[in-house]
Amino acid sequence: MASTPLNADAAAVPATPPGLHSIDDVTALLHGVGYIATRSIATAVYLAQHLRKPVLIEGPAGVGKTELAVSAARALNIALLRLPCYEGLDDSKALYEWQYGKQLLYTQVLKEKIGLLVDGADTLDGALAKLAGFQDLFFSRQFLQPRPLLQAMEQPGGSVLLIDEVDKAEESFEALLLEVLADYQVTIPEIGTVRAQVPPLVMLTSNNTRELGDALKRRCLHLHIGWPDAALETQVLRSRVPGLAAALLAQLVAFVQTLRQQNLRKPPSMAESVDWARTLLLLHASVLDEALVRDTLNVLLKRESDIRDVQPRLAEWTRAALAASATPAATPARSATPATPAPAHTAPTVPPA
Amino acid sequence: MDRTLAGYVHALRAAGVGVSTAETIDAARAVSLVGYACRADLKAALGLALAKSAADQRIHERVFDLYFSVPGGASLPAGAALQLALARAAAAADLPALQLFTQTGPATRRVLQLLGMDALDAHLSQLVSAPAAPLQQAARAWVERAFELHGRPATESFMTGVALQRPLGRVAPADLQRLQLAVVRMARKLADRHARRQRVQLRGQLHLRRTLRASAGHDGLPFKLAFKHRRRDRPRVVAVCDVSGSVASQVRFLLMFLYALHGAVGQVMGGLRSFAFSNQLQEVSKALETLHFDDAMALILKTVGMGSTDYGQAFADLHQQHLHRVDRHTTLLVLGDGRSNGTPLRLDCFAELAQRAKRVVWLCPEPPGRWGTGDSALLHYRPWCTVLTHCATVADLERALDEALAAYS
Repeated sequence: MASTPLNADAAAVPATPPGLHSIDDVTALLHGVGYIATRSIATAVYLAQHLRKPVLIEGPAGVGKTELAVSAARALNIALLRLPCYEGLDDSKALYEWQYGKQLLYTQVLKEKIGLLVDGADTLDGALAKLAGFQDLFFSRQFLQPRPLLQAMEQPGGSVLLIDEVDKAEESFEALLLEVLADYQVTIPEIGTVRAQVPPLVMLTSNNTRELGDALKRRCLHLHIGWPDAALETQVLRSRVPGLAAALLAQLVAFVQTLRQQNLRKPPSMAESVDWARTLLLLHASVLDEALVRDTLNVLLKRESDIRDVQPRLAEWTRAALAASATPAATPARSATPATPAPAHTAPTVPPA
Repeated sequence: MDRTLAGYVHALRAAGVGVSTAETIDAARAVSLVGYACRADLKAALGLALAKSAADQRIHERVFDLYFSVPGGASLPAGAALQLALARAAAAADLPALQLFTQTGPATRRVLQLLGMDALDAHLSQLVSAPAAPLQQAARAWVERAFELHGRPATESFMTGVALQRPLGRVAPADLQRLQLAVVRMARKLADRHARRQRVQLRGQLHLRRTLRASAGHDGLPFKLAFKHRRRDRPRVVAVCDVSGSVASQVRFLLMFLYALHGAVGQVMGGLRSFAFSNQLQEVSKALETLHFDDAMALILKTVGMGSTDYGQAFADLHQQHLHRVDRHTTLLVLGDGRSNGTPLRLDCFAELAQRAKRVVWLCPEPPGRWGTGDSALLHYRPWCTVLTHCATVADLERALDEALAAYS
């Protein structure tokens, strides 16, 4: 059991980087690089840092799973190591690889030199003894090609390690990850164990195409990012597409939120609503109307059948979005709040049971 | 670790979230970092450490709200001391052991006794005649909360277990929802187990071409040996489901199962095609994939359902229109009782389908004793079936399908 408190305390030697001292700090830090984190996202990053545990991020495509890791690396100003997973990924692509070609080349070059080296020895035993000091030459760091997992361990200033779409890799790959995720170390038989000086902040993303193994799940904090609500979406769009007029923004958000409630094969995600906002900005639109929506719908919806299904109701929804944004709704007002949307801090009542 | 957290983990486990000891330790460390001061933070932190899937997360949210609340707060007059005493009495009364709703009455009584109610009653009866109703209500609220946390999930899982074992035709309407959930979970489990494409290493058989290719980078020296391997196919299934009047009572489950299978594995498996028939065969994959279950079932029953059965016609249709879908990778899955109203059986069509298919699995809701009686043509079809099993309950359905799909690996 690698995650006993004893073990983790031993790993928790390095100091906390500035900006991760409280949950509010994390929110502010991420906001600084344009990532609007909800309270649970900020809590996840905070706990990941302090418990030294990886975060497994799940949720539909395009809600900012990968973006969280990228933003965290940018905010903390440390390296981002990215390992995209696919079927057939193995240790030579994920951990490290011996550069056979280079080794071979060196043996060719060194052939004559070896002659010089064993010159004085007149027996085989004597030559071997002379060579004994050099035996580890070809399996040294010089010939080791580190891959993302090992690279992340070796960053002197710490790093963010993003293992993207871990559900795409095979189950056997998960076993490979366990040592890295639990102890932040990589064992190379020829050299020894490489232990991270500063444990990286590890984030795994999954689209849930298959159930992950329990062993992997157990080692991670589990963060589920769902569809954003109207207030959050407004904030994100405001941060990502700064030029957009407030009125249009409110209409856009209302429309996208309506769209998400329909029974679509692929509902528009955060990434798509950002794209749509950029599109509208580019078209110099100032108000949402049906023709505009119809023309730009393919930015929001990526499936032919979805586009076909929503066509008849576009006019109605556009009108509804206009109406919703015209009423003094909570969305535009709240979007002006600063980086830390402090939720109601009510003390939980604790039963002694 | 504090008892509050231990109690919470206990409640989560009762609600069906598998929380391991290691996760509990993580949760304790998370709580020590976040503290009990802020409700939202505590909820998020516990969710991160304990809930390992989206479904777990939903349960966590519900149980958290219930667990971290003071039951019956309104019915008691102000008085923190009394609240505290009540909480202690509730803790002492071993409320998590509640299993059934009928136990709540005695449990309330026990809490009140622990609170010293007997002595109080005796004392009060000398003063006034009315019992201390607000206190009783508050105690009752504590017990009911404990039942919600521990008893209801226990009752629920017991009922689901019973429903899974009940014959398909005799499931009470109240159990339908429960079974639907169980069926979805089961289909997901089957998909997880079988959907992955697997590679089998054939040890010892060198893949010469690949080894040579890999050695090119190393001056012709074969540093890396490549071995031959064989890919196991993802199972491909053509399902044929009888929806005629004779299986009317089981139709819901057969379709529900197909529906769940489509939802869970439709894309992952090499291909799942479903057909339904009474006498005319029709493809229903699209309906099962795109509609909600009740709509899909209504549509299927409207277009093909509840007619008089004709297996011969159905197999002839399948043979004529969809023969190319059945090949040596395909499992032909038949769900039905084989009662064909004495119509021609078209064994020739069925035989050719069976010969083309890898396997034929027939799941029959009738017990073996009734096969071949009356208009049942099952025994005529039997020689062509790889597997013919009696499948009366949802649990049977799972086992039979697991075996059918496992035959691939």
